[in-house]
Amino acid sequence: MYPDEFKYTREHEWVKVEGDLGVVGITFHAQQALGDIVYVELPKVGSQAVQGKAIGTVESVKAVSDIYAPVSGEVVEVNETLTQTPELLNRDPHGEAWLAKIRLSAPEELERLLSAAQYRDLVAEES
Amino acid sequence: MRYLPKSEADRRAMLEAIGLESLEELFSQIPPELRLSEPLRLGPGLSEYEVLEYFREQGRRNATYPSFLGAGAYRHYRPSLVDVVASRGEFLTAYTPYQAEISQGILASIFEFQTMICQLTGMEAANASMYDGSTAMTEAALMAVRITGRDRIVVGAGVHPEYREVLRTYARNQAMQVVEAPYEPESGATDAARAAQLLDGRTAALILQSPNFFGVLEPLQAAAEAAHCAGALLVHVFTEAVSLGLLAPCEQADIVAGELQSFAIPPGFGGPYAGVIATREKYVRQLPGRLVGQTTDSRGRRAFCLTLSTREQHIRRERATSNICTNQALVALMATVFMTVYGKQGLRELAEQNLAKAHYLAGKLPRRFSGRFFNEFVARAEGASPERINRALLEKRIIGGLPLGRFYPELADCLLLCATEMSRREEMDAVAEAFADAAGGRM
Amino acid sequence: MIGKVRSHIVQEEPLVFELSSAGKRGFQLPALDVPAADPAAALGAENVRGPLEGFPEVSEVEALRHFTRLSTWNYAIDLGMYPLGSCTMKYNPRAHEEAARVEGLAWAHPYQPEELAQGCLEIMARLEEALAEITGMDAVSLQPAAGAHGELTGILLVRALLETRGNPRRKILIPDSAHGTNPATAAIAGYAVENIKSNARGMIDLEAFPGLVTEEVAALMLTNPNTLGVFEVNIARIAEILHEKGALLYMDGANMNALVGVTRPGDAGVDVLHLNLHKTFSTPHGGGGPGSGPVAVKRELEPFLPKPRLKREGGRWRLDYDRPQSIGRVRAFYGNFGVLVRALAYILACGAEGLRAATLDAVLNSNYVRKALEPYYDLPHREPSMHECVFSDQRQARRGVRTMDIAKRLIDYGFHPYTVSFPLIVPGALMIEPTESESRRELDLFIQAMIAIAREAEENPELVRTAPHTTRTSRVDEVTAARKPVLRWRPGS
Repeated sequence: MYPDEFKYTREHEWVKVEGDLGVVGITFHAQQALGDIVYVELPKVGSQAVQGKAIGTVESVKAVSDIYAPVSGEVVEVNETLTQTPELLNRDPHGEAWLAKIRLSAPEELERLLSAAQYRDLVAEES
Repeated sequence: MRYLPKSEADRRAMLEAIGLESLEELFSQIPPELRLSEPLRLGPGLSEYEVLEYFREQGRRNATYPSFLGAGAYRHYRPSLVDVVASRGEFLTAYTPYQAEISQGILASIFEFQTMICQLTGMEAANASMYDGSTAMTEAALMAVRITGRDRIVVGAGVHPEYREVLRTYARNQAMQVVEAPYEPESGATDAARAAQLLDGRTAALILQSPNFFGVLEPLQAAAEAAHCAGALLVHVFTEAVSLGLLAPCEQADIVAGELQSFAIPPGFGGPYAGVIATREKYVRQLPGRLVGQTTDSRGRRAFCLTLSTREQHIRRERATSNICTNQALVALMATVFMTVYGKQGLRELAEQNLAKAHYLAGKLPRRFSGRFFNEFVARAEGASPERINRALLEKRIIGGLPLGRFYPELADCLLLCATEMSRREEMDAVAEAFADAAGGRM
Repeated sequence: MIGKVRSHIVQEEPLVFELSSAGKRGFQLPALDVPAADPAAALGAENVRGPLEGFPEVSEVEALRHFTRLSTWNYAIDLGMYPLGSCTMKYNPRAHEEAARVEGLAWAHPYQPEELAQGCLEIMARLEEALAEITGMDAVSLQPAAGAHGELTGILLVRALLETRGNPRRKILIPDSAHGTNPATAAIAGYAVENIKSNARGMIDLEAFPGLVTEEVAALMLTNPNTLGVFEVNIARIAEILHEKGALLYMDGANMNALVGVTRPGDAGVDVLHLNLHKTFSTPHGGGGPGSGPVAVKRELEPFLPKPRLKREGGRWRLDYDRPQSIGRVRAFYGNFGVLVRALAYILACGAEGLRAATLDAVLNSNYVRKALEPYYDLPHREPSMHECVFSDQRQARRGVRTMDIAKRLIDYGFHPYTVSFPLIVPGALMIEPTESESRRELDLFIQAMIAIAREAEENPELVRTAPHTTRTSRVDEVTAARKPVLRWRPGS
């Protein structure tokens, strides 16, 4: 369920490192907790993400949830398809429904994130 | 008390079921020193007859003469159907339609309302209504601030003075700067070129009312171009909804905010009215207030529900687009019935009658401004003060126009007059006569 | 099926646009008694619009039937109990509608000369006075158009007063049980929000509270009774703590229906509060408005109230605009006057005794329902209830039945649902406010329905989960509505 090559936050985001980029998304657990996702607010390309700070929101019919940046750096690309098809986040949160690509400005931050095993424990605790 | 459906026996039985001896015990958790020891000083309850007599008596103390007052509250005929529909308990005594399955009547009527407002304003999306025109305009300004990320508003001096006051009240606490664009003393309209000079890189919106407070049409097209050049939005405000039956909507406006009182809402000493905000589809998520959307039910049939509610205060709390939670559903319903009864052709004919009456009256009076106007205009009092002319009219049981000095000191010799389909020729002739008497030194 | 109050009417009706056919009309204008004006000449051809494409074209009878049919799709107080917690859906006496339609009131223009508007001004003055007496406050503004608008006005007053003391301060304290409007209001008024946790009894934690009231705190926004229906017994002490630190106590008067004639917020140290005339004072909700949200204040806040203010001079009422310290206007004109008429009519009809009797019955009804449902539903907070009681769906949730399902099933029994999932501090909340307007018979029917649903949740949870089953419209797809918003009708849609 939770890929080993990803790193995770306690707020249920994931990041996958591809070269000097971090691909960022929300976890299966996050989308499940939210229910049917109806809207995604993505960060602006060119904006600076700061680890732990909000970079966007996801919305279900009755809830709004912040997306926190798992890593710091410049946002170089966002997944525009999500604005038209937010349901993708329910279908494939760890793949097609990535949210943004961030050029890592402080790769050492990755060490502060959870491993897949640690994250699985967190999810087990919460549910 | 006739509104309480219980006998003493009922109350005793219910107390017994709860295990209490007296009603007072229900309040035992309230510290005794906070409990009222004597009755409120409000007197005894009155019968229905007495209550109604009190209000009829107060009504008689107000004048109900023919009037030429407009200025944001207009006298228009109200088709009988409006109150028939609005008095139905299923509309009158229903709550906000959160439970869609048993609120489809309200939801469908609001959906119709939103559609008609779009058709009238040329916009792509309208909300389910706001408190009134003044708060709708202010919310439009806040919306422009959110959309542009800027914090300065340029507002025409021809916007209703009380609307501008409301904007300032809100702006003060939002670190929002409000600047006024003057009107041209000759035409009464905003000089678009001068307004353009006031727009800068911090300006979120240019707000113009058209027809403006003086009744004069504003150069919305030129204003929109100027606003867009500066990266700002154009907000078109209206107070006289009947004008929409004849005036072309400004295709380049970004937000339209206005007051619907003219659509079957009695002047009612200032409220309740209903405001509206309409905008482009791309700004829908920045719209404040309730929105009704079309969807289907679990059997696949067309249904309606409140939607995009994550913008609202009950979900987003301190980050909501606005703290407003009500719309003016019943007032919006009245407007919907009005628009339905008048319909496509009727609304135009209604507007044409207003135009004809106002232009008839204006033709007999010294107009202060040269700009084109719909059913309101400013006349200069010559030979006597505006107040004096009004007093002379009152003797003929006619309420004249609004002396403008209280809002525009430079127009202290002027009156704002409005004629609608309810203004009769002989009343207008009486107004013309009073002006003529003043000018001829006979006052 | 037991205790069913009514069945739902199923009537088909298209949207008015789909009923239209070219050339039909539902109106006739009077003959024009002046020469017609040529729109293109008067307004400029470029300013004249083309035909209003898609606008309704129906006859009068079609218009009447259309809206009448739509009306049958609604639930309403006139049809039965409306136990929406914190909404106070009480009976709306029809005589008050008649009062609001008295010609001299309904047709009064806001700018007609004051000497010809004495009736309107008198009504407003009398209502201000009555509301001040009921709340124990010194002055009232009737200008705010609704509860949230009153809240905003109230917080702006707090800010204005603190500014004259030299520092408007930075934040507002809001309990976690509060309605979402409170934090939204504080933010619009330019304040930061600090949420404070309720204690196990659902009240302000008096031990932690003094530590939270720093020099940065402008006010506490307190709902009393709170959204659990619990009276904040320490309210006077809370006010003292705030006042000692130069902060103010704001009371959200949404639940005033539990207090009228029994206790007065002003006597407990509240500095400013708003009222919802459409709740406590019986003015109709009208499907979501209009409301009215007067603000009542203590004397030191009076100079800041919105202008104009009513002033008595030479035996007459006039409007005083010379208010240099006023926060300004919060809306055009003077408030939702028509709503004010209805509220005053209610106060006059009830009198002191009737208002108090209504409060007693409202609290009696809520406790009666609570007692009867306690064996069947989980009651997470056991403090005495005032006008409403809050259960949770904890027992039913074990069978996969949640509060929304129970609410929807209630519709099948002929009732409007209670308030679902609020307050947020109770997971799966069922918030029930019967109001004083329900007879014992109606309450018993409601109780029977709730008990029957509790049983169904055990025996046939699917029946509850898929409710309602008897309405014209079944559960609606809110997800698609939000993902692909369709906010207006278009030809062929």
